[in-house]
Amino acid sequence: MADETTRLATAAGPDGTTDVPEHLRRELEEAFERTVGSEGRVEPRDWMPEGYRKTLIRQVAQHAHSEIIGMQPEGNWILRAPSLRRKAILLAKVQDEAGHGLYLYSATETLGVDRGELTAKLISSKQKYSSIFNYPTLTFADIGVIGWLVDGAAICNQVPLCRSSYGPYARAMVRICKEESFHQRQGFELLRTLMAGTEAQRAMVQDAVDRWWWPSLMMFGPADGDSPNTQQSMAWRIKRHTNDELRQRYVDMSVPQAEALGVTFPDPELRWNAERGSYDFGAIDWDEFTAVVKGAGPCNAQRLAHRRAAHENGQWVRDAASAYAAKQEARRREGVAA
Amino acid sequence: MSDDVTAHVEGDPAQDLGTGVPQARWPLYEVFVRGKRGLNHVHVGSLHAPDDTMALHNARNLYTRRNEGVSIWVVRGDAITASSPDEKDPFFAPAGDKVYRHPTFYDIPDSVPHL
Amino acid sequence: MGADDSAYQALAETLDGDDHRWAFGAGFDAGTAEITAPPPEGVDRDDLATYCLMLADDALVASQRLAEWTTNAPELEEEVALANIALDLLGQARVLLARAGHLGAAERYRVGPQDDEDVLAYFRDERAFRNVVLAEADLGDFGRTMAWMLVYSSWRLALMTRLVASRDVVLAAVADKAVKELAYQRQYAAQWVVRLGDGTDHSRERVQAGLDGVWPFVEELFAVHPVEARLVEAGVAVDPAELRAELDAVLDQVLPPARLTRPERPAVGLVAGRGGRDGIHTEALGPVLAVMQSLARTHPEATW
Repeated sequence: MADETTRLATAAGPDGTTDVPEHLRRELEEAFERTVGSEGRVEPRDWMPEGYRKTLIRQVAQHAHSEIIGMQPEGNWILRAPSLRRKAILLAKVQDEAGHGLYLYSATETLGVDRGELTAKLISSKQKYSSIFNYPTLTFADIGVIGWLVDGAAICNQVPLCRSSYGPYARAMVRICKEESFHQRQGFELLRTLMAGTEAQRAMVQDAVDRWWWPSLMMFGPADGDSPNTQQSMAWRIKRHTNDELRQRYVDMSVPQAEALGVTFPDPELRWNAERGSYDFGAIDWDEFTAVVKGAGPCNAQRLAHRRAAHENGQWVRDAASAYAAKQEARRREGVAA
Repeated sequence: MSDDVTAHVEGDPAQDLGTGVPQARWPLYEVFVRGKRGLNHVHVGSLHAPDDTMALHNARNLYTRRNEGVSIWVVRGDAITASSPDEKDPFFAPAGDKVYRHPTFYDIPDSVPHL
Repeated sequence: MGADDSAYQALAETLDGDDHRWAFGAGFDAGTAEITAPPPEGVDRDDLATYCLMLADDALVASQRLAEWTTNAPELEEEVALANIALDLLGQARVLLARAGHLGAAERYRVGPQDDEDVLAYFRDERAFRNVVLAEADLGDFGRTMAWMLVYSSWRLALMTRLVASRDVVLAAVADKAVKELAYQRQYAAQWVVRLGDGTDHSRERVQAGLDGVWPFVEELFAVHPVEARLVEAGVAVDPAELRAELDAVLDQVLPPARLTRPERPAVGLVAGRGGRDGIHTEALGPVLAVMQSLARTHPEATW
């Protein structure tokens, strides 16, 4: 009985639970909307609309997957990092990303999904991760540019999510943003060092900026007109600004940083618009974006195959640990019985 | 990090995965940390581990970065009985419902900048 | 959006003094000792530098090997743990390389403006590396890696525990910090060796094969190089021969619950009596260094 009522009340069961009596459902919905509308936080055992729960799971899981897949392009340079200090920083950064993935998977588990399910969905392409990680890291300057531009764009996206209406997600984001801002700074610092270095190092930086600038703009997602779910997500306070708002903000912040660094962005239409108080910028190649999202980016297949291999190669280890735990439990019970 | 996360409509997360891979999954542990003496243990998140010892080990790695002098509790998620959000309403009678057994994150122990 | 800005504004702030924000630090920590401290009285400078290189290379090469696990670990929690361990070893290596550099070991390899630690890590050839060959061994699968780590960390912990009493203040400080790190490492490895050994039949086979695979490299850990012998005499170094009993004791404690047997395999042969401490390595080291040094050597005039 108790199970049944809780299941109804939370309406988050696997079957979508739509058989709550209408008047109660309305009451629950109103309470939910009041919480969200007054900037309150929704917590795991609160009633929430099924759409809210599903959207959140998708959003947080995608974010978690991005952290984990994002380890690969940077991990590509750990073994070759050209100084021991850079090696230590990069290793620590990639480790942070594993930690971020864990915080986020932990948040999804409060919504009733198991991390193992989400991993299975990632490696079977049923859930996505940020498309930016489907681009290759070709030089060590890419490590700096990922810190500066890619982590910078992620911060733009993520800082507002520290006020997400879903408590566990908001709290994970607070923790993550704290570390991300530092990641961005180390990227910028690396680039500053390279720009003060040799001709070859400066060229390396400009080349990396040329390759990563447009993909980083794509990180904010489709133009507002092509982002049909934005409105609902904003009403639910699990998205706080539209894609175009965030993208504009990112461009406006990045241009002076590029100037300070001494690099240019590969966009002839990029110029200050005094009237708007913002930078105008050229058209994004949405065909490329769509292609990469659909799996046709330079590294999609490689990234997934790598993650899948790591997961599958680790199965015997996870099985062994589970078997050992079961044996220990059995021994403990025998010991108690004896 | 996310592309417009709301733009991609995925399948139902609860649906069958269809991977056919047998999965030994480590149980979920909730982690509580005493950041320094004089404070209560505070819930900081969760992790997976095959057993209690490894859970403690992993918690140290992930949530305290191995700072000395802090105290950590780990407890299997399925050992926690949680109250319902609003005890006054009989509709929310407490239950150890399996799907919703996971308690929330509570506030992060160290002060974080107001964002 | 005002309230959202704070994390982003951080970029405009000073970039100095950030190292402490990394969980493990981006700099290195020699504890209370100064890298520049003079060698203890009566101790040969070159011998001390060589000994620092030996202990540094043991850690540097092992760290590079462990970093190969990044993005390949069997579970995300292990990803974090393995990176911790690689970072700890890298930190140990950096202080020791800097110390060796201060004692003059870097000069003959210097081609550009790099710090001593990087000169020694990136511009020395394979033959100049002084690590025991266990450090360079292929780590194979997770079972072999854990078997390797149990041996490596138990041995190095035994060494560092004794090195705390060294007359050289830098070695003593490095050892003091390393003891805590290696105790953690040994515990991690022991936990896994027991779980894999007493897990499934398959996992026992794999971890036993891993232990068998690294066993030929164990004997070298107790060999005494002439430099070590002189520094033992001077109260600076640890006698490797003393460490065997401690490794044996660890294995006696871990192998039975892990249902593993102690391998009976001959030690890997030496070349005219010389091994890793003399720069005579296995073929495994060359490719490890080739990868590690490739970018730095492509730009010998650059710093990063």
